[in-house]
Amino acid sequence: MTVAPAERPAAASVSRRVAIWLDRRPRVRLALLLAAPVGWLVVMYLGALGVLFLNSVWLRDEFTGLVSRTLSLDNFIEIATTPIYRTVLLRTVGMAAAVTLTCAVLAFPIAYFMARVASPRVRGLLVVAVLMPLWASYLVKAYSWRLILSEDGLLNWLLAPIGLRGPGQTEIGLWLVFTYLWLPYMILPLFAGLERIPSSVLEASSDLGARGGTTFRRVVFPLVIPALAAGSIFTFSLTLGDYVAPSLITTTQFIGNLIYLNFGAPNLPLAAALSVVPLLVMLGYLALARRLGAFEAL
Amino acid sequence: MRIHRAMMLIAASALALSACATSGTPKPSFNLPTAIGAGEGALSVLAWPGYAENGGTDPTVNWVKPFEDSTGCKTTVQVFGTSDEAFGLYTTNPGKYDVVSASGDASLRLVRAGYVQPINVDLVKSYADVFADLKDKPYNTVDGVHYGVPHGRGANLLMWRTDKVTPDLTTWSDMFDPSKSWFTDKKISVYDAPIYIADGAVVLMKTKPDLKITNPYALDDTQFQAVVDLMKQQKPGIGQYWTDYAKQQQAFEAGDALVGTTWQVITNLLQAEDPPIPVKAIQPPDGATGWSDTWMINSKTPHLNCAYKWLDYIVSPEVNAQVASWFGEAPGNSKACALSAADQANCDAFYAADVNYWKSVWYWQTPETTCVDGRTDTKCKGFDDWVKAWTEIKG
Repeated sequence: MTVAPAERPAAASVSRRVAIWLDRRPRVRLALLLAAPVGWLVVMYLGALGVLFLNSVWLRDEFTGLVSRTLSLDNFIEIATTPIYRTVLLRTVGMAAAVTLTCAVLAFPIAYFMARVASPRVRGLLVVAVLMPLWASYLVKAYSWRLILSEDGLLNWLLAPIGLRGPGQTEIGLWLVFTYLWLPYMILPLFAGLERIPSSVLEASSDLGARGGTTFRRVVFPLVIPALAAGSIFTFSLTLGDYVAPSLITTTQFIGNLIYLNFGAPNLPLAAALSVVPLLVMLGYLALARRLGAFEAL
Repeated sequence: MRIHRAMMLIAASALALSACATSGTPKPSFNLPTAIGAGEGALSVLAWPGYAENGGTDPTVNWVKPFEDSTGCKTTVQVFGTSDEAFGLYTTNPGKYDVVSASGDASLRLVRAGYVQPINVDLVKSYADVFADLKDKPYNTVDGVHYGVPHGRGANLLMWRTDKVTPDLTTWSDMFDPSKSWFTDKKISVYDAPIYIADGAVVLMKTKPDLKITNPYALDDTQFQAVVDLMKQQKPGIGQYWTDYAKQQQAFEAGDALVGTTWQVITNLLQAEDPPIPVKAIQPPDGATGWSDTWMINSKTPHLNCAYKWLDYIVSPEVNAQVASWFGEAPGNSKACALSAADQANCDAFYAADVNYWKSVWYWQTPETTCVDGRTDTKCKGFDDWVKAWTEIKG
């Protein structure tokens, strides 16, 4: 080390001066701290959304297949006036709602058992069990379900002795697959929500003479509504945007399939306009979830 | 208030983006090269999977390396899954890919958009040996100008499970007949792309001659409506749409599909399984749709010499035979068959030299509003209408 001792105070005083300067300016400190994440958010996230919105108001030249950068609402007018787009949108929202409802019904008892009944050891095992399917690739799971639901598949084989048949590769089959795929995303917030209810509240309820059913209806359920709404955001939005499972399991189109078709056609402007639609649906849903307090439970 | 600010941000970035964007369709003019010079040392290839193997799929399957060694053109390969995806890659990276293997439903769009350039076929040694019935087609030659070199072809076939479907099928109409058991059981498997609408047109050419369809890619309003109605009528019988061939192979194997439109290579794979899946595939006498691929050169390529070297190399008999047997198709070069017994077997399996077989095959071609069958007194449905109709057919 050959640093001259005389230089040291000078160097220290520079960093000291910077420190003092920063200390007096909390806003600059905050700006430096947030520059990277906010930059990421603006450029990658809002930037991508911006490009999406922009494409949706552009047009495409049919002859050359090139995007012409003229502003127009034609894509949205086409979506609004073509019955098939409306049908597909309603079908998609209906599927998302059905999946969300089923997930909620299935997840509640599991989450309740995990949060309030199971011993810590069993609870740990259950959390692992719930998380386990998330370790496998989504694609692998969707493909396995394709096999399970197929004509000579596992489900039909299991049901054959009792004279029944599975739903096959239909919308009902798809509903099962979606419910399976997104169930963990409902269980976890519900589990967290139920765990947060103090035991004293439940004891008070029973001390005041409420039976199990009443306690559930008037105490537990209102307290987990935010958690339920939080979980439903996942199940609803994941179903709304998916196109891989529908194309693997069924021959039915969902909004994601239409986007994919037009993305590949390639008619980017129409695909972008179609993408804006579920975005709007989701904004409405988030507004509703916010009123139910979902964001406090996240 | 916060939301407003975000919206303003989006609007601002949108304006910034549109400001730096250029507009208008490029209309380049070319002087055809008269000789192939020294290579530029690099080449970027956009190809169907299996067309430009560099050992990545199977270390023993590699015809890119010998090309690199002999020409010094370092080659990168990007594959695509559908014609639409290939075209999409060009629209997003117009300068990126020096050469592309385009099927007829992409090639014309590439020409119209100005993405590919005219070719001096005299510079491609093997061009003379390419089967005559692959040359001067509307999807590779526009107004007498060649835009590429034919590479290989295949027909879309009618396949069925011989153990579950008897007697043997003879016509495409069997896939559209609601009284058949495979229709009521939803056991029909079809190709999932708007271009499949042409298959319906091929059926109507036979069953409804009064519609006067002369080319399945040139459909006026009345003809198109009739085809769409036929496709909608088929919809309840369809149990599967496929785009990649593993998906269809699996459906036939599992019995989820008993009848369908297929490629020869899928039939071969099913019959080669252990135990073999009992399937049979024919080109019905009604005719069929099919595909014929063309190697094309980017209009903005900085590697023109390497690109010509690639075209010359990839359709040369040895390489063309290698690609055809690896991919499972009929080679485009007539000399690719007699090289060895195995090559001959491959050619026979795919009817490479059977002129009559291909006479009734309608190669995929992008539908345009100017009727591709030459009619000038009417407008035909363009590809956008096909895409929209496909959405409606699938429901």
